[in-house]
Amino acid sequence: MAQMIIDTANHIAGYAAKAARVKVVAAYPITPQTTIVEKIAEFVESGKMDIEYIRVESEHSAMVACIGAAAAGVRTFTATSSHGLALMHEALHWASGSRLPIVMAVVNRAMGAPWSIWPDFSDSLSQRDTGWMQFYCADNQEVFDTIIQAYKLCEDERVFLPAMVCLEGFILSHTYMPVKIPEQKKVDDFLPPYKSGWILDTNSPFSHSNLVSPEWYMEFRYMIQEAMENAKRLIPVIDKKYGETFGFKHGGLVEKYKCEDTDLILLTMGTMGSEAKIAVENMRKDGLKVGSARVRVFRPFPTEEIVKLAEQAQMFTAIDRHISFGMEGFLATEIKASLLNQKDPPLVAGFIAGLGGRDVTSETIEKIAKKSLKWMRGGKVERETEWVDLRE
Amino acid sequence: MSSIPKTRKEMPLTPISYPTVGSMGKTGSWRTFRPEVDYSKCTRCMLCWVYCPDAAITRQEDDSPKIDYDYCKGCGICANECPVKAIAMHREEE
Amino acid sequence: MVTIKELPKEEYLLKGHAACAGCGSAISLRLLFKALGNKIVLIVPACCTTVIQGPYPYTSFEVPLQNILFESTAAAASGIVAALRQRNLKGITVVGWAGDGGTVDIGIQALSGAAERETDFIYICYDNEAYGNTGMQRSGATPYGAWTTTTPSGKRERKKDMPLIMAAHRTPYVTTACPSYPIDLVNKLRKAKEIKGTKYIHILAPCPTGWRYDTSKTIELGRLAVQTGLWALFEIEYGKFKLNPPSDRLIDKAKRKPVKEYLTLQGRFRSLTEEDAERIQKWVDEDWDKYRKLASNSTSDFAPY
Repeated sequence: MAQMIIDTANHIAGYAAKAARVKVVAAYPITPQTTIVEKIAEFVESGKMDIEYIRVESEHSAMVACIGAAAAGVRTFTATSSHGLALMHEALHWASGSRLPIVMAVVNRAMGAPWSIWPDFSDSLSQRDTGWMQFYCADNQEVFDTIIQAYKLCEDERVFLPAMVCLEGFILSHTYMPVKIPEQKKVDDFLPPYKSGWILDTNSPFSHSNLVSPEWYMEFRYMIQEAMENAKRLIPVIDKKYGETFGFKHGGLVEKYKCEDTDLILLTMGTMGSEAKIAVENMRKDGLKVGSARVRVFRPFPTEEIVKLAEQAQMFTAIDRHISFGMEGFLATEIKASLLNQKDPPLVAGFIAGLGGRDVTSETIEKIAKKSLKWMRGGKVERETEWVDLRE
Repeated sequence: MSSIPKTRKEMPLTPISYPTVGSMGKTGSWRTFRPEVDYSKCTRCMLCWVYCPDAAITRQEDDSPKIDYDYCKGCGICANECPVKAIAMHREEE
Repeated sequence: MVTIKELPKEEYLLKGHAACAGCGSAISLRLLFKALGNKIVLIVPACCTTVIQGPYPYTSFEVPLQNILFESTAAAASGIVAALRQRNLKGITVVGWAGDGGTVDIGIQALSGAAERETDFIYICYDNEAYGNTGMQRSGATPYGAWTTTTPSGKRERKKDMPLIMAAHRTPYVTTACPSYPIDLVNKLRKAKEIKGTKYIHILAPCPTGWRYDTSKTIELGRLAVQTGLWALFEIEYGKFKLNPPSDRLIDKAKRKPVKEYLTLQGRFRSLTEEDAERIQKWVDEDWDKYRKLASNSTSDFAPY
């Protein structure tokens, strides 16, 4: 029986790991992820989850334990945030290079120094080069659905890459929302048993990942890129099938809202996408032609979707909950890169908002949109990157 | 053991290497000195076989050692450890 | 007690590998396979053994081998043990095979964590007393006075006592070994396989490249290390400390060869002063006072909880 429950995104992530029938969880607590590992502990001790739960002594060990378990043939799950994710950095590379289908929940939290426990995307976006696919969720239902979809995607033989499912700390992780948990049998039908591209087997011995000379290394890297390209094609297919099976879909690679007949499209990630919809509604009432596109998948970056959207608008405004010091936010950069070689690309403005958990409301987004429209009417972007709501 | 891939399509998705004798080629080419066994002195104690770092010594039916000169690196441990000095190290000819 | 003749003929370390001539670790690896066969999963962090395998697409190892990040041998082991248990696969021994750097320095956290969680695997540290893979820089296991590339005038600090650190974790089996005593090593490996929990084996692996001696002397040097008392062969089994032959006879200082006999054979101790050598001898004697006390202890300081 499907159940309707009201719970936090962190707990929902625990439900999803349970529904996905993971067999090994290796995790280390860190604010604001902790209630995920605690929920899983509760499931394990009450017998609801029959897994090996490795309470490792650091995040680096958490990722490596997942690598070991996935290599030895079981579905694995872990979760972390911020500095925990940063600590695993070299292990993230090892996991993707090993082509292991690990799924990790990342509860987005700002990086220190100084300490901040509040959300922004600097933790997960700093890991964009590691060969992990990246999903950014806007609500708790999406967190559940995306974790299930991620396993199906990662374990597809055309992909075999790990994925992180990102959700903003406190905004989602600790906020109660209604979520429909589907019937386990339906999940089992949607998600077949664990599959990976290779396995440690005493009957067929080999060394995995010994030294690879310049003669071979580049081809292995190319294969990861190919897998990412395949994932780009598969993600909308899986989302659609999930929608048909369970009744929820989340826009595939980019969730579009009122992007037809529009002058300006606001591009956001995560919960800002929800606020952007409200802003769009309000502005449309005033006759302003604004639409919103929530980039749900950052890796692989949905370049084709962005290019297609560009045909519909005169201007794009990217709102980044992130800054790459010395340049701009990654969303803005990658959008610009996707559009550079197109004929008549739209103007692209980048705004930095919400760092360290500073609230980004629909009013803030309206302000950003109105400024963008002014620049659009003037025919040029006044400033490449503008920081929003900054103290003077 | 699989054959060595030639094209990208033949490569595994992640580096998987199969067990191969001579992964570094014929390492016998490394040596300067080669061990020679005097079988008349050899007591078949098998210590040389146990101590060879390169598994280049095989144990024959009668427990005497057979040295595989394709892979013997000439370290000299067998000669040094032989309790009856039945193995001597000789400089390799040019 | 197995004899040389009873050791199996099969080789799972294939000839033509990349180890230096005279490598003490390679001998130890062969003994690992003679003891345990091939129903094992080997986990190898960045260390000499990474390179000994040879380059892709070849490997000299005929057992499933997972290469892994430098500091996380024991974490990978935790994951693999968990997976095998979930898959209900029995009869496979999970073995971490790491160098001294990956054990006493960068790898100590993961090892300590795995031991505290009572992970059921064998962790073997093969100790060539420096970072061998990267060209012999000092590690926490480098002994006092030894030349390394980062301690060219001789290391000033003493060797970290990893076996006793592991014993303090109350793991069921901690032991020291040396390939110069092959039957002892094989017996210990086989014993470890039958014990449940974290088993720690610390092998002194003489290294001609790093210790600067003639390649033929690897086994001789290992023997001298034991005969001088510098390396004691012991087991701590369920907390009970026991010296193994021939170390059991060396409690009497008169029976121990002077450490100078061991030190003078190695180029890495060439710049040792008389004072240094005396200091080293004194410390060996102090260690043996400790071993005498541990051996005579009827209650055990290291018993599993």
